[in-house]
Amino acid sequence: MSAARTSPRSVAVPAPAEGTGWVGKSIPTKESVRFTTGHGSYLDDVKLEGTAHIALVHSPYAHARIRSIDVKEASAMPGVLAVYTGEDIRKLVDPFMQLAPPPADKVLDYPLAVEKVRFVGEPVAVVVARDRYLAADAAEMVQVDYDVLPPVMDAESAASPSAPILHEAIGTNRVWDGVYEYGDVDGAFAQADLVIQEKFHYHRFNSAPLELNAALASFDRRTGELTLYTNNVMPMFCMPLVASSLRLPSDRIRVIVPDVGGSFGNKINSFPYMVLVSVLSMQLGRPVKWTELRSEFLAAGTHGNERTFQIEAAVRKDGTLLGLRGEAFDDTGAYARYEPAGAVIWAQVAFSMYRHKNLRLHFHSVFTNKCPVGPNRGYSRAQHLFLYERIMDRIADRLGLDRGEVRERNFVRADEMPYQAPNGTVLDGGDYARALHRVQEMLDLPSLRAQQKALRARGRYLGVGIAAALDSAGNNFAQVRVINPHLPFSGNSESARVWMDMMGRVHVAMGPTNQGQGHETMASQIVAHELGLNPEDVHALPGFDSHSHPYTGHSGAYASRTAVMGGGALLGAARELRRRIQVIAAHLLKTAPEDILLEKGEARSRRTGNALPLSVIGGVALGNSLELPLDMDTNLSVTYVYRPPFRIPSHVDKKGNFTLTYSYQVHGAVVEVDPETGKVHLRRYVAVDDCGNMINPAIVEGQVIGAAVHGIEAALLCEAKYGADGQLLASSFTDYLCATSLDVPPVEVEHFITPSTAGPMGVRGVGEGGGTALPALAAAVEDALSPFGVTFQDSHLTPERIQSAMRGRAPTVPSPP
Amino acid sequence: MKRKVSLRVNGEEREGWAEDRMLLVHFLRDELNLTGTHIGCDTGHCGACTVLLDGKSVKSCMVLAVQAQGRKVETIEGLEREGKLHPLQEAFREHHGLQCGYCTPGMILSSLYLLRHNPSPSEEEIRRAISGNLCRCTGYVNIVKAVRAASERMATRVEAPSTEETG
Repeated sequence: MSAARTSPRSVAVPAPAEGTGWVGKSIPTKESVRFTTGHGSYLDDVKLEGTAHIALVHSPYAHARIRSIDVKEASAMPGVLAVYTGEDIRKLVDPFMQLAPPPADKVLDYPLAVEKVRFVGEPVAVVVARDRYLAADAAEMVQVDYDVLPPVMDAESAASPSAPILHEAIGTNRVWDGVYEYGDVDGAFAQADLVIQEKFHYHRFNSAPLELNAALASFDRRTGELTLYTNNVMPMFCMPLVASSLRLPSDRIRVIVPDVGGSFGNKINSFPYMVLVSVLSMQLGRPVKWTELRSEFLAAGTHGNERTFQIEAAVRKDGTLLGLRGEAFDDTGAYARYEPAGAVIWAQVAFSMYRHKNLRLHFHSVFTNKCPVGPNRGYSRAQHLFLYERIMDRIADRLGLDRGEVRERNFVRADEMPYQAPNGTVLDGGDYARALHRVQEMLDLPSLRAQQKALRARGRYLGVGIAAALDSAGNNFAQVRVINPHLPFSGNSESARVWMDMMGRVHVAMGPTNQGQGHETMASQIVAHELGLNPEDVHALPGFDSHSHPYTGHSGAYASRTAVMGGGALLGAARELRRRIQVIAAHLLKTAPEDILLEKGEARSRRTGNALPLSVIGGVALGNSLELPLDMDTNLSVTYVYRPPFRIPSHVDKKGNFTLTYSYQVHGAVVEVDPETGKVHLRRYVAVDDCGNMINPAIVEGQVIGAAVHGIEAALLCEAKYGADGQLLASSFTDYLCATSLDVPPVEVEHFITPSTAGPMGVRGVGEGGGTALPALAAAVEDALSPFGVTFQDSHLTPERIQSAMRGRAPTVPSPP
Repeated sequence: MKRKVSLRVNGEEREGWAEDRMLLVHFLRDELNLTGTHIGCDTGHCGACTVLLDGKSVKSCMVLAVQAQGRKVETIEGLEREGKLHPLQEAFREHHGLQCGYCTPGMILSSLYLLRHNPSPSEEEIRRAISGNLCRCTGYVNIVKAVRAASERMATRVEAPSTEETG
């Protein structure tokens, strides 16, 4: 049994590398060997003898009452083992716990629709068959009779009292609403030289990982144990939901997450499907597997939060933002499967990177007849940061000021760090203005302006847009108590285990799942750094398995947290193991523990130069232990829980430290817009990122570029668009457009390094990127089309939208003949 | 009704059973247990299932297993030679040309097809060659770098002839 230790406070910035200096090196990832040779093991690669496959029957309607389901014909099809409807499943499982306070806590949410369907693609029945082809055949034969109801397709009308109700049990479409008020908002508006009114819409999209959701459950009737393979990236947070729905004690459930082919948050809401395959396996006594189709993912996986802002900004004529007030409507779709967490998570960046003190936002989360929303890269913060960047552009444009100068005037300054925002969040260092200047230099702004002028004279429209954003890492779960004070969540923590075996080999395992961020590499670097080894000499357990990996209830890969939270846990565990090795080595070398240096796989006395290989330490401690005094600890397995020093925010004033540390970035985009077709050509894209100290700079750069491209394609390509009748208009990669290699230029990245004063090792965490590209591109397109005087309120800039904005407008600077 | 399908995969004679409607990608993954070939969509857009069929790059979800009868298939599992990574595999590692690794096999097979026909491609040619393969993690920057590095490495080092190469 390994000793669990918890840290009362944040782990200190480490002393200079005792051993090998592996932290900070861009080594190739360990994972890349199996991934480049086809030996990765993703969920669908896991094969169990006798596995049955499922196919789902989906609702073709956005909103309808289920009159009847006829499964007779389907049940008689070849290879079919069983067909279950929502009614059948309801008898076998309990509904999912809801995060919302009353009345929305009374919503009944099951893996399959019961009584009603509430979005196109919602599963209503499931066929289990010998193979996936036979299951799909039979699913087509399930007959469902519906009474179609009027759908509710946007958040603002869903909130109105006359809207049709999705969940009759609660009598309202409201998931949650509440007012966040910080500072003296009315005072700010009284002092304003100018009040800007705007409406912005952040559209619905997701980051569409290439590997789809999947789950494989195998229930052993002999032991009563369920083994659940899943590519959910927050599996132990979901475990209470899964166990209680299945009415199984959690010690009867083993969770295994193999390699995950990307998630970007989208795989957190797969728990209804995890429960479905589990209950089917328990019923049928054989393994049951679900592999999602892309059409299913797009219709019924996870969409990012769609948000509408009605906002007013109080501004001084020098461009200083004094205050913001207004309403935000979050369209959360048909069920609240992670919501209404999004109704508070934005508050991690409530004031973005700006110094103004006054904010009043009435936030509404409402049900609509669309796919349930959930975490998507930049979850709930990207929407809010988009609002700020667009407001900065509007302030500049209305006052005839430079958009960069307005940001600079309002930015929190480097000499004010660490800076506490009016809602209690603390920005832990950085130089926002310098990052902005660097982006302007990288773009060579003066020469771009000259080029823009010359091209305009020839009827071509070049534009440049610059935007800034925060990436918050290490969230304090207690923020959900702002929306529901009774929720049993607070703080954040992560667990890592580092241990040495009898042959002196070192192993490491931790709680976060790996979905492409190179966790095995990063963990090996930190442990090697602390123990004087090479990363290749550290064995990092792949994936996650609740039987072999340590974890806490916060474990998982989300919210840019692994370098910060996992890093703290790894550091704590590795240092404690180092201390124990030093004690044993000191005894054997007849010296003091402080005299022992770990280097090149040896424990060496600095004083005498005498050394022992780690294999001797492991061998003596674990197999030849009478060489050591009986009161000496021979446990070479250390489990460490890292736990930052958070407090519970006040439910009443909604203030508190909502997150531990903040990376920031400034992005610059150069576009050319074809005024005839409305097509945006992205010419150049640059980014400055500051995520503090980097454990592996190549991994960081990959995250920064990847996040930038998700934002670029979200702005220009992807939209989970619905028709007024509730039909999803983007149901495959034919019409849900992800960026190809021809759609994006090579993103150019530079790094600033301002070590975090809050996170361990001075790291801030990286990955989500704050959706910086969306406002940068909106700004660039507006800049390109400024002679036409058009502005955009939407985050999605399709040719159609641009064309319709341009209709009937001529450029103010006439083109020469 | 199932029929026997025999084909040459990575230089080895293999056989398995397939219904006429079975996709080649399912045959490779489920019958031959070559799970390095992945599935990311249902419509032939994503390229995760790219393999070489008689030396030509194809999306194996767009080919029926029975259509591959008697033909030569190259998958990601066949690229290593005597325990040594192929220059493309090396370059993808060294240039951090992957994150989650799910698109990587298809991406490498598309790049291999390119380099066999165009040993020193320009950036534009590389981007065109992999435009049928979606990568959701990297933004393509390091993939392009990796393919270019592999082409340079292969120009100075003769690639061991592929068991299946048809030119």
